[in-house]
Amino acid sequence: MKKKRVLAFVLAAAMVGGLVTGCGSSNDSKEGGSSGGGSTSSGKVYYLNFKPEQADQWVELAEQYTDETGVQVDVQTAASGTYESQLKSEMAKDEAPTLFQVNGPVGLATWKDYCYDLSDSAVYKDVSSDDYVLKDGDRVLGLAYVIETYGLIYNKAILNDYFSADWSTVKSIDDLNNFEALKTVAEEIQAHKDDLGVEGAFTSAGMDSSSDWRFKTHLANLPIYYEYKDRGITSTDAIEGTYLDNYKQIWDLYINNATCEPSMISSKTGDDASSEFALGEAVFYQNGTWAYNDIKDNEVADEDLGMLPIYIGVDGEENQGLCTGSENYWCVNKNASEEDIQATLDFMQWVVESDEGRDMLANQMGFVTPFTTFADYLPANPLVLANDEYDKAGKTPVSWNFTTMPSENWKNNLGSALLEYAQGTGDWNGVVTAFVDGWKTEYAAANK
Amino acid sequence: MQKAIKKYFPIFVLPTMIAFAIGFLAPFLLGIYLSFCDFTTVTDAEFIGIGNYLKILGDAEFIHSLWYTALFTIVTVILINVLAFAVALLLTKGIRGTNVFRTVFFMPNLIGGIVLGYVWQLLLNGVLAHFERTLTYSEWFGFWGLVILMLWQQIGYMMIIYISGIQNIPGDLIEAAKIDGARPSQILRHVTIPMVMPSITICTFLTLTNGFKLFDQNLALTNGAPSKMSELLALNIYNTFYGRAGWEGVGQAKAVIFFIIVGVIALIQNKLTTSKEVQQ
Repeated sequence: MKKKRVLAFVLAAAMVGGLVTGCGSSNDSKEGGSSGGGSTSSGKVYYLNFKPEQADQWVELAEQYTDETGVQVDVQTAASGTYESQLKSEMAKDEAPTLFQVNGPVGLATWKDYCYDLSDSAVYKDVSSDDYVLKDGDRVLGLAYVIETYGLIYNKAILNDYFSADWSTVKSIDDLNNFEALKTVAEEIQAHKDDLGVEGAFTSAGMDSSSDWRFKTHLANLPIYYEYKDRGITSTDAIEGTYLDNYKQIWDLYINNATCEPSMISSKTGDDASSEFALGEAVFYQNGTWAYNDIKDNEVADEDLGMLPIYIGVDGEENQGLCTGSENYWCVNKNASEEDIQATLDFMQWVVESDEGRDMLANQMGFVTPFTTFADYLPANPLVLANDEYDKAGKTPVSWNFTTMPSENWKNNLGSALLEYAQGTGDWNGVVTAFVDGWKTEYAAANK
Repeated sequence: MQKAIKKYFPIFVLPTMIAFAIGFLAPFLLGIYLSFCDFTTVTDAEFIGIGNYLKILGDAEFIHSLWYTALFTIVTVILINVLAFAVALLLTKGIRGTNVFRTVFFMPNLIGGIVLGYVWQLLLNGVLAHFERTLTYSEWFGFWGLVILMLWQQIGYMMIIYISGIQNIPGDLIEAAKIDGARPSQILRHVTIPMVMPSITICTFLTLTNGFKLFDQNLALTNGAPSKMSELLALNIYNTFYGRAGWEGVGQAKAVIFFIIVGVIALIQNKLTTSKEVQQ
């Protein structure tokens, strides 16, 4: 008899427990909805942000918008290198992101069935040129919201010490305009690193996933850019790899004149590289305008920040500018409810048209945007100003062709091959294979 | 009373059955269905037949991670069980501070896999840095790193199971063996081991499936580097599913194959070791 009672009690407790937890969670979401929904007719925005550098600012901006309009805006940021996987699992949920990002034409190919046509939206009308949108036929599926620039960020103070040293060959920044000069400077700095008080010419070429995109994607853009330019194309199903020797030259320079041994780079992270540069331990740091947030307020003063084009030893590269483009395109989820889509479009419009939104994007996040509304909002980011100087000097900016790389897998295989070459467990042929053969097979697999 | 329970058992079992159906059966069946589909997110799949399975055949990385995982599992099953049993023997001899030692050995189990992975990555890289190497220098650095990590984490847990097994051996059996003149090694071989056979069944089962299913530690320690050469099966499936656009179905198909492999091996192992168990 007693046994029965105990059994009944346990089962009843389990049932009630199930009910309670079930109710508890649904209550939570209701509360969240009503507090955010406020008086308006309850659409809400869920933005899955790609850029971890600006994660906190987006959350802050979302809160401002919620305070002002009562519309709930959730912002989630994927950790570096995990955006695609997070997007994939989030999109399968009932509460899917209403606003998400793709990284260019290749990313769009995966997600275009989920993209809302933005051609009638207010925010599309604010975009200054169709160069900054992703189209599929007449439909506008993605809008770039930030134009970025990368190159070799350098420390002017240390470089000036180098120019004035009696053992230096290159004597002015104006002479540092081709690969040969860059190589000379880097190797001389490396040889005299103790005199200059640095650990190395370049920051560590970290191949941890927080940093490897700088080389497998951004640096790989240069050989692709020059090949596309020679062949007069903007994308291809089979790359020839005509400039891979140049790629090798610059990669050798990076790994042999850095703050660490080439065999150690697999464990170096993006934070390692940015802190080495920010603390003045290295002179050159390949990264882009977005890195300013991580560098500022450290040892390197703002006026000492400059950016050089990445020279890889191609004829006529004296006129090469920095690499400028976008791989951040906003897309609106067309499977979201109509209210949510409208709320999302309103939020986007607010971000690019209101004072708060423009101030946040330009001044806090340091973005250059393709929107016409930003004429009075230019960021104070010194790395952006460096790019303006090159534009004014009439240098040709290098376009971002890495958005045409066939797949993430191609980039990963290239990164692995670069790493194995650097630490001596593989040879350069592995990189060539991953680059040329890999392009063909990955392109075929992605476009079957 | 027996009758009443028999009569009403469907009602009592219902909550558990519902939980089981929602939490296990439904995703499992959906997973099998998805392995025959082409999809981007799991909610909009399109049936394509066995194409995903055919793709696996040509996937060299999958074959590599298959034997790499098998090797890893063999090494860890042997090492963990031998060492855990040895520690358990030591800690049932009544030496001073037995409880402290047991607690210390068990502690690593309380830390999550990802955290452990990162901590050991720092530790091992710190040591290897003296030789200008890192864990991801080659697949074997990662392999032995993972083995060390797994030993550290699992020996304590298996030790507890072995200790309870050893403590359950009736004292008179050992005593009788001693009176008959058995040496300690003979007692171990002919009394202790046969008597703890049920524990060995459990421990080999646990270590075997743990080895095959290992994911967190692999992700945190090497993440498959270099060149996906230190990728165990679970991580390979994850990377196929999430890492490659258009390969979601292939990842799903790999998961189904993975399930079958683990299931079959676990059943065979269970049969083999259970048959060696003796009744008291």
